[in-house]
Amino acid sequence: MEGREVVLPTVSRVALCGGTHGNELSGVYLVRERLKRKVEEEEHISVVTVMSNPRAVQQCRRYTETDLNRCFTHATLSGPVTDKTPYEIVRSQELNTLLGPKGSPEAMDLVCDLHNTTANMGLCLIAYSDCDWISLHIYRYLQRQMSDIPVRFIHFDLPLNEAYSLDSVGKHGFAIEIGPQAHGVVRSNILSTMQEGVQQMLEWVRLFNSGTPFEGGKVDVYTMVKNVDYPRDFETRGITAAIHPQLQDRDFCLLRPNDPVFQTFSGETLKYTGTEPLYPFFINECAYYEKGIALSLARQRSVGIPSIRSEREGEQGKRKSSAEEMEEEEEIKGEMEEEGYQKLMEYGEESDSLNGQYK
Amino acid sequence: MRKKMKKALEMEPVSLPAQSRVALCGGTHGNEMSGVYLVRELQRQKLEKAGSVTLTTVISNPRAVQVCKRYTDMDLNRCFTDAILSSPVTDATPYEVRRAQELNTLLGPKGSVEAMDLVCDLHNTTANMGLSLISYSDQDWVILHIYRHIQRKITSAPVRFILLDLPLADAYSQDSLGKHGFSIEVGPQPHGVVRADIFNIMKEAVDQTLDWVQCFNSGSAFEGGEVDDVYTFVKSVDYPRDPETNQITAAIHPQLQDRDFCPLHPGDPMFLMFSGEIVKYEGVEVLHPYFVNECAYYEKSIAFHLARKMTLTIPPLQVKRD
Repeated sequence: MEGREVVLPTVSRVALCGGTHGNELSGVYLVRERLKRKVEEEEHISVVTVMSNPRAVQQCRRYTETDLNRCFTHATLSGPVTDKTPYEIVRSQELNTLLGPKGSPEAMDLVCDLHNTTANMGLCLIAYSDCDWISLHIYRYLQRQMSDIPVRFIHFDLPLNEAYSLDSVGKHGFAIEIGPQAHGVVRSNILSTMQEGVQQMLEWVRLFNSGTPFEGGKVDVYTMVKNVDYPRDFETRGITAAIHPQLQDRDFCLLRPNDPVFQTFSGETLKYTGTEPLYPFFINECAYYEKGIALSLARQRSVGIPSIRSEREGEQGKRKSSAEEMEEEEEIKGEMEEEGYQKLMEYGEESDSLNGQYK
Repeated sequence: MRKKMKKALEMEPVSLPAQSRVALCGGTHGNEMSGVYLVRELQRQKLEKAGSVTLTTVISNPRAVQVCKRYTDMDLNRCFTDAILSSPVTDATPYEVRRAQELNTLLGPKGSVEAMDLVCDLHNTTANMGLSLISYSDQDWVILHIYRHIQRKITSAPVRFILLDLPLADAYSQDSLGKHGFSIEVGPQPHGVVRADIFNIMKEAVDQTLDWVQCFNSGSAFEGGEVDDVYTFVKSVDYPRDPETNQITAAIHPQLQDRDFCPLHPGDPMFLMFSGEIVKYEGVEVLHPYFVNECAYYEKSIAFHLARKMTLTIPPLQVKRD
């Protein structure tokens, strides 16, 4: 990685979204305050602030008809709209027009979507790529700048057209997820943490756009492997156990075979039957009961990131030919493979899946 | 100390009828999950008799439980005043009012001799309130003896008693249906979530309640004495709000958040405005906040309640023998 500096276009147009889930209140209040103060144009960067699901926010519910943050796949975005179409699908297509279109050159450079979780996850950036250098450099910057809270990066290995969340609409994108906070509640310290996270992120973008180079290095990434559901009653499908007290609140603490996972309502302990130790997260997230998810499991690995800087004036004119670009990407990929990495996923391209399927 | 002890010893022993018919209610708020799963588990075990006690278990608001919301039309646990229980039912009547009247038939009628001896209603809160028993009377010796018993037996959470000073006719919650009644409130737990540790605390509280009742019914004598950590409701405090939109403009201050029952002194911070200013407590009297940042109370214009802390004296108690 040393000596190989990647030059990327400036991140001039940023979208900050809150209230994608109407009861995740840090993002709602952060966006409300920004809209009140009408903060938009600053040096080197323009920020669009969006209340993603205003109806759900009004009712303080996650969604009104369907989860908005599952409506951004290419299929849903390009589906026909009738009077029977759920509100959230109509809204996702509106947001795609506003911040996208997804996959096109007109899309926002960076979409940052603000969320809360009832799980004890600290601050997590969640994205679909483990080689989007902008997102990974922002992650490392946040980790270094924010000392009060653990900062982690979660990678969901999905190709762009299957990526279902709002942040996938931008050229670069990620969710900022902060917990634990009960839905419908605003905790002052959680709100402050989110404000700081957003501030630091925008600061990094400003620095990047003004030409500051950022040195390469290594960052730890958690890649989603699978979800685990609650034990359920065969007939009623009601859950028959809760997350075990020894797992509750232990997001990102390694779960080993035979560790307790559930405690049934009659007092029995159920253990982890997997063979591979994995890292749990989204442990006991309220909104996931209906999605059949008690916890998610991830593998942790170290990812190398190259040094990066933004394109200078005039460098845009000297864009490499596609042949030169491909040659350069092959070189970077080769270097990464030498260091043990298995794929390079460029924006807009299909990629081979890593071992470890997401379902 | 000697004066107080003398006062306790001077209280005449009281004898009260056996508590044979006990009702345990969960899902009065459909998203307060410990009670929902505890009642379901007891129903699965077909637990109907516990020694001398006939146990009735009820999912109070099944429609709200089904959709995992606090209520469908209106808050069921505000529908048990005499006025609402006796109001005529039309097609416009909210679901929860009808349901309250059904529950009154099942567990009451409130104020009558047919009512359940003891109604115990199970709740959760997002506030850091540990285990709190909530009731209307400072002279219901059954409830206060149960409280003292639970306080002595349970070590996994702080145990406290909250007193709402209301006459029976105005008492609005389900536990007021029984001859004796109280709510068991356990937190913190997000609504819609079931935490094993919180479930276990609630289960222990229910077990100890039934344990006390069986001992009482079988003739055990319970000595008089003092119960402390009793908090009497004084007033509510709302969030600062925008006068036009009515939206909140501040959150509970970090130094108050999670400090339920800790004394709030004049000058202590209460709220941190989104704009950064601190709003301080300007009352003169030291009071004790509880239900600090309860999710369901935002719409009721309550950021927290304030209470006076006190100690009550209870008489010796034994079951009345015929």
